[in-house]
This record gives sequence, C-alpha cells and structure tokens, in this order.
Amino acid sequence: MAEAHEPLKSTVLGAAAEARGARMAPFAGYLLPVSFSDGILKESLWCRTHAALFDVSHMGPAFIELSQRTGDPEADHAAIARLIEPLVCGDLARLKRGQLRYTLLMNAAGGIDDDLIFGRPSADPEQGKLMVVANAGAKEADFDRIRKALGGKGRLARADDGALLALQGPQAAAVIAGLLPGAPALAFMELAAAPFESATLWVSRSGYTGEDGFELLIPRALANSFFERLLADERVRPAGLGARDALRLEAGLPLHGHDIDAATSPVEAGLSFAIAKRRAAAGAFPGAARVAREIEQGPARRRVGLAVLEGAPAREGAPILADGRIVGAVTSGGFSPTLGAPIAMGYVPPALAALETGLAVEVRGRRQRARVTALPFVPHRYHRRPA
Amino acid sequence: MRFSKEHEWVELDGDQATVGISAYAAEQLGDVVFVELPPIGKQVKAGEALAVVESVKAASDVYAPVGGAVEAVNEALADAPETVNDSPEAGGWFVRLKIADPEEAEALMDRGQYEAFLRTL
Repeated sequence: MAEAHEPLKSTVLGAAAEARGARMAPFAGYLLPVSFSDGILKESLWCRTHAALFDVSHMGPAFIELSQRTGDPEADHAAIARLIEPLVCGDLARLKRGQLRYTLLMNAAGGIDDDLIFGRPSADPEQGKLMVVANAGAKEADFDRIRKALGGKGRLARADDGALLALQGPQAAAVIAGLLPGAPALAFMELAAAPFESATLWVSRSGYTGEDGFELLIPRALANSFFERLLADERVRPAGLGARDALRLEAGLPLHGHDIDAATSPVEAGLSFAIAKRRAAAGAFPGAARVAREIEQGPARRRVGLAVLEGAPAREGAPILADGRIVGAVTSGGFSPTLGAPIAMGYVPPALAALETGLAVEVRGRRQRARVTALPFVPHRYHRRPA
Repeated sequence: MRFSKEHEWVELDGDQATVGISAYAAEQLGDVVFVELPPIGKQVKAGEALAVVESVKAASDVYAPVGGAVEAVNEALADAPETVNDSPEAGGWFVRLKIADPEEAEALMDRGQYEAFLRTL
C-alpha cells in the first residue's frame, strides 16, 4: 500500500483517459479514472449491452519462473506449483495449460490476504512459467511473499509497467476478433499468448463484471495504440472504476478489502469453490485448520446478497438488523444500474442467510426493509466451454 | 438566484426560499439515484445539513444556504431523482423554506460571482 505522502502514480493510459474527459480519483496509490463523460450509470448499462473498456493497469500482473529451467515445461510447472501452493488454498499443480484459476492468498488465521488469479501459459517459449495477477492495494506485499516462497529457486518478474485492459460485454468477442483473431476461440478462464504487430500480448477470457469479456496484458510500447484501436470501434466505450464497482457488485463478486479481508475466511465468504479438496485435506496452506473446521461445522457468518426494498442505498458499514437487533454489516452496497434499485452484500449469521429472509438495513438512523437475495444479482453470462 | 460555496442555490419569493443544487454540483455528482428530503416543519440554520443526495457511488450532504422552516419538499424526486441532473436549477429543486432573515440570502453569491468562484476550483 502506498504511503499517503507518496505522489500518486499514473498508469500508462492515464493521460489518454484524461484526454477523453475522465474524472480521476486516487485509488491504491494511483490516480485512476472513476468515470468518463457518460457517467457511471450509462457506462454500466453499456457494458451489459455492448462492450465497455476498463483500464486496470494498476493491478499487479507478474510471471513466476524457475531460476534454472529444466527444459521440461511439465517439470517446471510442477516445481513452481510446489513452491507457491503453500501460500494459497487452490490447486496449482493440476492447473492445465492455457487455464486461469481464481484462488486466495491465505494467512495463518484462515483469513484472506488477497484474491489472486493464476494462469498457466499454453505454448512455448512461455510454458513452464506461471502468471499471477494480484490486487493493486496488495501487490507489493503479495510479490514479497511470493519471492520469499520461491527462495533461491525461482524469480518473480513484474509485468505491471504496461497496460492491463478489460474489454467486457456481449459484443466484446466480436470486437476483439478484429484485433486478435484467435481470442474468440478461448472459453471462460482460458489464457493464450496472442501475436499483435511485432509484439506478444496475453489475452484471457475473464473479467470482473459478470459479462463475457477479455482481459489483455499489453507491453508498454503498444498500450496507447491498442487502447485507441479498441475505442475506435463504435461498439466500445470507455468505462471507469465506478462502473466496474457497480458491475462487480451486481455480479456478486467480492472486492478484497471490503467484502473479504484478512479476517474473513473463504467459507464465510462463500468462496469454497476456490479451496482445493486435496489441499484442505492435507492441511497444506496457512489457516487450513479453520477452513476445514468451517467446512465441517459451518462458519459463524455468511456473505449474502441483499435487495434493499425501500429508501436510500445501504453502503459499506451500514448495520444489518433482524427483529430490531444488529446482526451484521453491509460490506459493499450501492445502486444497481441494471436493476434500477439499491443492492448490497454483507455478513449475517447462518440462521439468517437463507434466501428470502426478511431483514433491515440502517441508513442514517433510518431502518429500511431488505431481503436476502441470491447472488449474483444479475446473471453471469460467461462464455463457458460446453461440459 | 443566489449560490453558496457548497453549490446550493436559493431563489427568494417574499419570505419563501426555494433551494436546490447548482448545475455544477449535479454534474460533479453524476447520476442522482436517490434524494433524502427533510420532514415538513423541520427548522434548519444556514449551513446545517438539509438533505442527502445519492449518486451510484456515494452519498453527499446538501446544506441549507439560508435558515428557515421546511414548508414543502419536491415529492417528484422520490420517483424521478434524475430530475436533479436533467433540471438542477428548476424542476430539480429540493425544498421550500419559510425564511426568517432575507439578509442571509443577500450575503450569498450572485450568478456572476458564483461562476467566478467556480473558475477558482
């Protein structure tokens, strides 16, 4: 995390965003676009109907590789997985070539220090490496931990000096086909290196909006021209972090530092899908004992979606009440552009977590009716490979 | 119409003052999705919180540019909060106050002074 006295950093696309009228605000040590001239509401709706382009270059992509590659990519991958798995609850060893996996960086108390995406390259010469993408606010600490875990056996090469773009929405595949013809062949959570002009980009079918879409890691020298090429397509409009936050909330996706943090367990957070059975059974990551106990006995609280049925949006910190008694708090909340109504996520005791449970939220001293609602609020439309 | 440094406007008609937020404030807030208005009869002093305006992202206080008693609120904002964006200095008014001291309004900026003030921001 950047100290308050450090000057704010800019992404490689910061000037281009400002030139397009972005409203900029500080986030995780960077000055970033919160919204463009369309505003958060229209940007969010454009993403649900067309294709929205987000600059997420503040995040922390990096590549992990062995100091001494064996020449056998399978052996290299297995060796890297053995070094990194002790930090996370997911299965990296069995990650297939060309696949992404969402997992959690765990602490000894069974809490979540960060949520991470790992990716395994599919083709030479990158095979045997492991890509990781960390959250902006946690990336320095994450990279330090990964380096420490590698010891002298491997190295972490940051890749956060270029651009990380997210192109999201039902028209994203048709748009990207014009620039990266191979990209639409990917399915959700797949990764490939893609040649573009004289360089190689990384493209994955993934995102943080619930829509189909792509995330693109672009070398610094190409970043601005690629950004402008995408925006030259009339199906694409730029969107800021405000829309990104509204869309991920609608998609029921947790935001680290808000909906999940160093005290929250994956089981409480409803993220058990990110825990590998093999790893939990072996107790082979920090906090595994708590995780195993909560899987067996149930957690003390659960993350739920809330439809706020009247009044103002209930935002982070708003108390959640049942029968007049405080039973939890909102961890993310706001107005859903797609639903045209306030929605929220928060934690409540398991007995109050069942769908349709009637609760209340308190906003500025006023109690408003709310109801436990299935997550996601807006259905995911990922491009999954048929099972 | 006169303006406060907190970007509220007030229009006087006798001892009645209509209050809203300026076009600049509405533009800065972005899409307004909810407005919380005070109860009729509430007494406010100049500078006190009068209403809350919510955009997709955040809640912001609206302060009373002049003191008085709340005589009426713009009920139409309950169903159409976007009126604050569409017509901030007319149909998007928030509150009518019965004022005690017309000089409070006279002390606020006129449009020329307010526009000069905006250029300093």
